[in-house]
Amino acid sequence: MAMTVHCDIVSAEENLFSGLVERVIAAGALGDLGVEPGHAALLTPLKPGPVRIVKQGGEEEIVYVSGGYLEVQPNSVSILADTAVRANDIDEAAALEAKKHAEQAMENQGADFDYSRAMSQLAEAAAQLRTIQQIREKLGKH
Amino acid sequence: MAVGKEIKEQISSVQSTQKITSAMEKVAVSKMRRAQQRMEQSRPYADKIRDVIGHLANATSEYRHRYLQDRDVKRVGYIVVSSDRGLCGGLNNNMFKRLAQQAGEWKEKGVEVDYCAIGSKASLFFNSFGGNVVASQSHLGDAPELASLIGAVKVMLEAFDEGKIDRLYIIYNRFVNTMTQSPEAVQLLPLKAQKDEELKGHWDYIYEPDAKEILEGLLVRYVESQVYQGVVENNACEQAARMLAMKNATDNAGNMITELNLLYNKARQAAITQEISEIVSGAAAV
Repeated sequence: MAMTVHCDIVSAEENLFSGLVERVIAAGALGDLGVEPGHAALLTPLKPGPVRIVKQGGEEEIVYVSGGYLEVQPNSVSILADTAVRANDIDEAAALEAKKHAEQAMENQGADFDYSRAMSQLAEAAAQLRTIQQIREKLGKH
Repeated sequence: MAVGKEIKEQISSVQSTQKITSAMEKVAVSKMRRAQQRMEQSRPYADKIRDVIGHLANATSEYRHRYLQDRDVKRVGYIVVSSDRGLCGGLNNNMFKRLAQQAGEWKEKGVEVDYCAIGSKASLFFNSFGGNVVASQSHLGDAPELASLIGAVKVMLEAFDEGKIDRLYIIYNRFVNTMTQSPEAVQLLPLKAQKDEELKGHWDYIYEPDAKEILEGLLVRYVESQVYQGVVENNACEQAARMLAMKNATDNAGNMITELNLLYNKARQAAITQEISEIVSGAAAV
């Protein structure tokens, strides 16, 4: 039987793969690389692309990662997968979006008002109105 | 029979409220289960990254990354994780109370605080509480994605890089169990150094291309994953708290209905008794 090594592919949102493998082939930042049991300890960023895993027994599985890091330790291989394609400008845009969101929230304090508070004030006013009407009806009857 | 018409109406209105609250309870139960699952699934990633960072920090001891260095505190940042919706008991309020208390403590020391609001309840809170909100993000839904948090986290990380803030905290509700959720503030940056016991074997990675770059990328991802973890955990708390609140509401509605029924029956009986006594006295007069 072929030698195997334990492999984990994890992302921040879920566990993508975990089990014994004979070989892992991934697209590293400096080129494709295959990792077999007994590989030297290694740490490298990954490019977006498929990761091919040869599981114990020869069965193959392909997991797509949108970047991440590959870590090889003497007795385990792990891939820290990104869940989204990362690029500086995309991140920058997202950051600007978040800032704008905050500024809008602060500016629109008057316009975009607190609905829950407004609702409770409305209910209060309606109740007062109803009471006044009831009192009037009573006074009118007597 | 005209007797107790108002009571009858009241009973049916309470009953329809009860239907809604019990439906919300059931929804919260199933959502909580999924949220809990999500919470557990995101743990291995953070653990793994922490291991690698610990190793890297020890291996490249001549290079101290700024995220690992303590500096004098002049200004701190808080990432505040709240829920998007209400009707979940005192969950958000308890956390805001804790936050207000901590902000007060910083203010006493002459330290200013910047906030990053995640979830619409947090934005609403800062509208009335005041405070400098530099980034905000809301409507993450029941299955939050890490991608939607990147922007908000990056704003805080940039502020840290530029020296605008000297410490970064995250405050969220920690999921103890379905009955208990406790607000918790955790320091994200600078990373508290871990004592690495495993480094006796003396092995080091081959870095492709460069240890510094890898460390940089990993640290950012680590912070993001911690924030994501906080959001997911807070989500599980929200569902658990809503489940409990709705269960109480359903029970209370049940009690109210019993009381109202009793009242209705009493009124009906009184009316019948009165009618009989009127008939009897009428007959006696004839």
